[in-house]
Amino acid sequence: MAEAAVAKNQGMTFGKNERKLLVDPLSTNNPITVQVLGICSALAVTTGMKNSLVMAIAVVFVTMFSSLITSALRNSIPKQVRMIVQLVIIATLVTIVELTLKAVSYDSYKQLSVFIGLIITNCIVMGRLEAFAMGNDPYRSTLDGIGNGIGYGIILMAVAFVRELFGKGELFGYKIIGSSSEYAVNTAADGSWMGWYQPNNLMILFPAAMFVIAVMIWIHRAWKPQLVDVS
Amino acid sequence: MHNTNQVIKFVLIMTTLVALTLAGLFTFLKPVHEANEALYNKKAILYAVASKLDTPISKMSPEKIDDIFTNSIDQKVVNQRGEEISKEDVIAAGYKGGRAEDVNIRKEKRKSDADRLLPFYTYTDSKGDKSYIVSIVGNGLWDEIWGNVALESNVNTIAGVAFDHQAETPGLGAEIKDNTSWKNQFTGKNLYASNGDFKSIDVVKGGSKGGPHEVDGISGATITADGVAEMLDRGIVYYQPYFEKIKK
Repeated sequence: MAEAAVAKNQGMTFGKNERKLLVDPLSTNNPITVQVLGICSALAVTTGMKNSLVMAIAVVFVTMFSSLITSALRNSIPKQVRMIVQLVIIATLVTIVELTLKAVSYDSYKQLSVFIGLIITNCIVMGRLEAFAMGNDPYRSTLDGIGNGIGYGIILMAVAFVRELFGKGELFGYKIIGSSSEYAVNTAADGSWMGWYQPNNLMILFPAAMFVIAVMIWIHRAWKPQLVDVS
Repeated sequence: MHNTNQVIKFVLIMTTLVALTLAGLFTFLKPVHEANEALYNKKAILYAVASKLDTPISKMSPEKIDDIFTNSIDQKVVNQRGEEISKEDVIAAGYKGGRAEDVNIRKEKRKSDADRLLPFYTYTDSKGDKSYIVSIVGNGLWDEIWGNVALESNVNTIAGVAFDHQAETPGLGAEIKDNTSWKNQFTGKNLYASNGDFKSIDVVKGGSKGGPHEVDGISGATITADGVAEMLDRGIVYYQPYFEKIKK
């Protein structure tokens, strides 16, 4: 619990430490590329950017409120049952997300339903509750929750960008590149500068998510050498 | 450390609060959920005749979809002997509303052949041309797949298909629902050979040769694609006696 030392000073100020809570998970302490948590859903929902965006929003909501609630209750949660209590809080929030999504965007609900439920098992959420929210005040825990949710979300979107663009030739379902007149860059047309390109079906398959994430981890560590595990 | 009494008290209070919150939200949103489901159902039926509609379904308002259903679509429930089932009998089978669109084709799959209720829709376009929509259900790789198939007025040529699935893999099996160009292959294919024998449509792995009874498979989704072929083969047969009636 190294992070527990971060929040020594209390109160609703937004100083260097609070900024760190919010920004660190975006890069130097990213849940996916550094902590390697939440990989399972990152593999599953990243075939399209729209689904990834909905998933990212759902996870930010869950990490934010579960951190807030757990932190507010941290002194009254009996230690013997704390994991179960955390799980109930997460499961409640996930069910709220699921019911709301079903009412607001039925199509997204249909496409994501299984994976929304699986946020419960997303290691990031429970990891943050155990490591941070149980030992810090609600304000800082909320910031930490938002930071980690967004850190997860941006990687999700980045992976989905690569997979959807190269796999389907689309972004957010809009046709960008492919061999048909419906696409913005029509690769079937003779002499087109991108005429050689064909959407690569492999990018839609799960292994592609594996190596796209791996390449991202590689790039991330080349860019920030302090992340390299020397052991 | 909390003692056992405190733990039990905490857990009881928490469980009650959570249960009340979720039950309240569920009851509050239920009408919206039901409306969404009914609309989704109607869209799924309309997707089969998408090529005959003047506006794309994704741009239609819910009112417009309801309007098409009241004015351009005639719904019937039939059985595999070709008899029409009365509204009362459909309600008795457990479908509130008693219309074809209320029938849950996936529930019907669990019944014996003789008891199955088969939804049947007749769509009349602005020129007065009729097309028929039938619902079919089968198995994919992970779970059930189902769909609606629209036939031209000759009750032979496919006018369009729309499939859906429970749990097929996104990007692979789920392409039967998402991949428009794959679904478009079915349009113009024939269910019956020229001598009148039922031939259905084959999904050919490695690419079809363009025959009237075959379409391309989906790479990486052989089992789901075969499931679609089998679903067509079995599902259409149920409607055969009723087709004979229409032709007369």
